[in-house]
Amino acid sequence: MGKRVAVVGVGMTRQRSSRPDVNGQELIHEAVRAALADAGMKRDDIDAVVIGNMDHFEGINYVDTWSVDGSGALMKPIMKLTTGGTTGSTVAMAAYYHVASGLFDRVLAIGWEKNSESDTTGAIITAFDPFWDRPIFAGAVAGLALEATQYMHLTGATEEDAAYVAVRERRHALNNPFAHLHINLTVEDVMNSPYLSWPVKMGDMCPRTDGACALVFASEDLVEEFPNQPAWILAVADRHLWAYTSDPYVNQALENGWWFPALEWAAREVYDKVGVREPLKEIDVAELYLPYSFAGLRYMESLGFCPRGGGPELVRSGATDMGGECPVNPSGGVMSSNAIGATGLLRVAECALQIQGRAEDRQVPDVRLALATGFGGCFWSDVLLMGREKPERSRG
Amino acid sequence: MEDWRTGQEILVMEGRIKVPYRWAAGETGTRYLQALRDEMRFLGTRCPQCGVVYHPPRRHCPDCGTECEWRELASRGVLVTYTVVRRHHSQLTPLDIPFAYGIIRLEGADTGFLHLLHEFAEGELRAGMEVEAVFATEREGSVRDVRYFRPLREAV
Repeated sequence: MGKRVAVVGVGMTRQRSSRPDVNGQELIHEAVRAALADAGMKRDDIDAVVIGNMDHFEGINYVDTWSVDGSGALMKPIMKLTTGGTTGSTVAMAAYYHVASGLFDRVLAIGWEKNSESDTTGAIITAFDPFWDRPIFAGAVAGLALEATQYMHLTGATEEDAAYVAVRERRHALNNPFAHLHINLTVEDVMNSPYLSWPVKMGDMCPRTDGACALVFASEDLVEEFPNQPAWILAVADRHLWAYTSDPYVNQALENGWWFPALEWAAREVYDKVGVREPLKEIDVAELYLPYSFAGLRYMESLGFCPRGGGPELVRSGATDMGGECPVNPSGGVMSSNAIGATGLLRVAECALQIQGRAEDRQVPDVRLALATGFGGCFWSDVLLMGREKPERSRG
Repeated sequence: MEDWRTGQEILVMEGRIKVPYRWAAGETGTRYLQALRDEMRFLGTRCPQCGVVYHPPRRHCPDCGTECEWRELASRGVLVTYTVVRRHHSQLTPLDIPFAYGIIRLEGADTGFLHLLHEFAEGELRAGMEVEAVFATEREGSVRDVRYFRPLREAV
């Protein structure tokens, strides 16, 4: 049986459109320094480092060695991970696995990106298959547009339904000084924003961001050493779909009634491990990787917060707003800040702050259970459930 | 280290990486692309264990790992989802606007195929409609040997 693991230190940079004042190492260093200070630690106290970004966004392949200066990993075990949009959440899970294994007691998890340094879509295209995808199209926005069209076809949801999600995310971001976008949008603003790829408009889409996030994961054996209340990892799961752009939209699972199989299966595994039966009622806050507005409808259904096709009603009811039954993305989420390698880790960081009661103006009252997700290419899904109470045992 | 910074511009170096690659289609991809180029036929692969027919072809079933067998597919199918492109870009738009990116499930296949749509009237496209392949006259062994799919025209 594995060790129980908690997040005991949180550090993040302010998320900004561009950080020309620092190079990559220096950006990482900002988040690392903040996380170590938050945990009351020195660099020497760290046993191992897990770091992640997407090399092609900086155009520096081998950035795993390049980033050692910033991370404090010099002459220490370090693992570099790159899994697309899920990079940050995969970093969190890998740090959790390191500590849960019993081989490391204090692990530093780092996610970062300087998206301003490349053409983000140009870089994303290099992630697509050269035979089956690229000759037709590749990149993030049009792929998400295909998902949105399919979702509207299957459920009758409208572009306006999605706009409500975009407005909620940006309104929440106004409470978060670390968020990149601070814009007070209305549904009309979103509806009037230009189409990027029908039905996805500028207002529906995440920005590209420079930023870093670092977390300290610690073993149950020494959580008392740290000044912060531990934010426990209760269970994690991830599921991946197949390889090509067209795969997630037509497959046996969908035919058999699954909606977004990777997310549904990962969420179901986590809920089963912890004993969650009614996610909307039992989970106090969710920090979800919603890269665009339609995700805030469909993914709620896949996470079991409402029945299929119920996303629009759930969002319009206010249940996912601050003060609602389960606020979603009090931080403003991915639609307000998207430094891609940091994005998934920020979801876990925000859940930790919420559990610890340290989320300041974006704090949800009395958080006992918090849900974080990561989303990546071909609809890969990471799901982490975190809690205030130390779990009875390690659940994997 | 901050005292010198006042009024200084941060230096930015412009760069462009152009790296040549040679991607191999492998035996499975090559057979598929040859059939498309030489015979204007679509080949899928069927998992004998699961019964799922994959298109694009898979050598091994992603679900169970069993080696698949070839299966010929129709050159028409169902449009699963799409997005219409209305803005021209000299390097990015392969067809005259408006055209669409879409996912097509060919008749006989269980999975989706990413391709282009053209020759449709304004508002004609919808998920679930039948579409057919239009082949290029000059074909060179690429999925673009199919120029695009269009709404099914032939009388059945």
